[in-house]
Amino acid sequence: MEFIAQHPVLVVSLVKIVVLLFLVLTTLAYLSWFERKVVAHIQSRWGPYYVGAHGLLQPLADGMKFLFKEDLTPPGADRLIFVLAPMLALTLAITTLALIPFGPATITILGHPTQLVIANVDIGLLFLFAITSIGVYGVALAGWSSNSKYPLLGSLRSSAQMISYEVSLTLSVVGVLLVSGSLNFNEIIGRQSGAFWHWNIIHAGRGIFPQIIGFLCYITAAIAETNRVPFDLPEGETELVAGFHTEYSSFKFAMFFMAEYGNMITVSCLATILFFGGWLSPFPESWKWTQYLPAAGLLLLGIYLGYDTAMQMRGIARIQLAVVTLLVLGLGFLCLLPSLEPIIQGPFWFLTKVALFLFFYVWTRGTLPRFRYDQLMSFGWKLLLPVALLNLVITSLWIVYPMLVRHG
Amino acid sequence: MNLPLILFFVFALIAVVGALLLILAREPIHSALALILVMVALAALYLMLGAEFIAAVQIIVYAGAIMVLFVFVIMLLNAGVEERTDWSKMAKFAGLPLGIFFLLELAHWLARSAVGATPASGSSGPITAVSTRELCVQLFRTYLFPYEATSILILIAILGAMVLARREE
Amino acid sequence: MSAVPISYFLVLSGVLFGLGVVAFVFKRNIITIFMAIELMLNAVNLAFVAFARAHNQLDGLVFVFFVIVVAAAEAAVGLAIVITLAQNRESLNVERVNLLKF
Repeated sequence: MEFIAQHPVLVVSLVKIVVLLFLVLTTLAYLSWFERKVVAHIQSRWGPYYVGAHGLLQPLADGMKFLFKEDLTPPGADRLIFVLAPMLALTLAITTLALIPFGPATITILGHPTQLVIANVDIGLLFLFAITSIGVYGVALAGWSSNSKYPLLGSLRSSAQMISYEVSLTLSVVGVLLVSGSLNFNEIIGRQSGAFWHWNIIHAGRGIFPQIIGFLCYITAAIAETNRVPFDLPEGETELVAGFHTEYSSFKFAMFFMAEYGNMITVSCLATILFFGGWLSPFPESWKWTQYLPAAGLLLLGIYLGYDTAMQMRGIARIQLAVVTLLVLGLGFLCLLPSLEPIIQGPFWFLTKVALFLFFYVWTRGTLPRFRYDQLMSFGWKLLLPVALLNLVITSLWIVYPMLVRHG
Repeated sequence: MNLPLILFFVFALIAVVGALLLILAREPIHSALALILVMVALAALYLMLGAEFIAAVQIIVYAGAIMVLFVFVIMLLNAGVEERTDWSKMAKFAGLPLGIFFLLELAHWLARSAVGATPASGSSGPITAVSTRELCVQLFRTYLFPYEATSILILIAILGAMVLARREE
Repeated sequence: MSAVPISYFLVLSGVLFGLGVVAFVFKRNIITIFMAIELMLNAVNLAFVAFARAHNQLDGLVFVFFVIVVAAAEAAVGLAIVITLAQNRESLNVERVNLLKF
């Protein structure tokens, strides 16, 4: 206990890291379930529905499969780099989540008041870009160390794509930086306070150019950066077998899989923070009844799940869904507790917006066809980069114009 | 033994080990990875010295773009294993002790100088980091001309690289 | 909280620079020699940042920014030359590039 008293920041950070890591790994697993379900419904089929009610235990089954598969190393592969690449990819994908603020409230862990963020760094945005820019190595080294043609080609294409779209990604965000005047996430969110028309994407009033172009550039560059459809030629199944992770099996492949979803989550969180107000609620502050929306939403979901439990055919599925129903209802009632109510507001809105972004990601995956590689590169350099630069120039002119007019 | 000193030694050790791996590695790709390790350790040291923007720029530009270029070129040209040479007797028996002696002498005189004894902190207490805003104000006022000159330099480099690497059609 | 004296950082910078020089002199692969140059530039950057902290001025940091930018430009052009050379001479060994005309 003395250790906790002497090093409060360290212990509290460790607790937050453990909680966040647990939540993130669970979310990664269930994101794969979500993607398979949504893509299946877009394609007029059902997706996983057998393993557990509505296929909810499918990620567990997949996890066990990945753990028990044979772990092959291709002959002639560079052992050290072969093992290092997936670890690097996954570590970097999850590390970025340490910078994300989940809410404004101050909670008390082990007797010490802390914020709902692991590392509130002053240069948060820049640091996040630094971590994503090292993420290119996970892909490049994976292809090289596999000692095989298709992975090498896939990894070269994929890394070239990632570094090309990284430039447009950073430029499209600079408009938001000009508007906010700070690289700290909490301050960027603070400047968007009010109702949803004060979010950076619309930003009514205060003489600031709405960042719609910046948002569209950002979301396009982000989809390309995370190697998702329609920009996933380097790992497309019909083109290059499986691209840079062809020769990986079992747990290393699972690590690449999780790293891709981790990057998706990071990019969605960043889009929410920069353009959609982060943990701010879309309703004005004066509407006090909106504080009960999280509880209301969770309770409604619990009631629907209860109805679904009764409609299940199989006994096992009924038991599983009943457990989930009870969990959701329990969470809903927890949100009604007066002590927890202000704390839950921020994370609820943040996670809702991130979930909507993830749904948008999966929706594009089910809908759009793939770009060809030369179309991809020319789009990135010849269209996206000039548009991002144009957004930057217009935003800065919009901000500076009143000053210019005043000084004649 | 306080935390800043321990952190310094950890990162300094990582940097020196990385540099040694750069020299001793047999394949260029391992040398590239060792250099990336050195750069990341140096970025951590910049953070300790309070230069947060420079640490971020080091990782984004140096470790995240320049070294990616190096790794690309190594992968494209398939640079193989390097041949080993035997170092001459002079290098082994006189070079290393002489090098270490010079290093110790340098450390001694640096520690005794006025600059060297300054602790890496403000007058007392932890370092106040240099804010990005201050640095960029300097960059765009006092150093505006070098800034614009480096943009032209980068343009020239882009054109040069494109012309050099183009295959004759 | 007593902190680390600046001389420690300068000695580290000197050590890294020396190791860069050793790598530059003893290595044969042109790409590894380029990487030794980058190591030397990094060591110099560390010295600049240490001195900027010692004198509490920002000019050292601005100079580091420019060194990084110029190193990027130099790496791009240098590696383009290396690629052209490798395609013409089929070898990356600096000792084999000893004829003016192949």
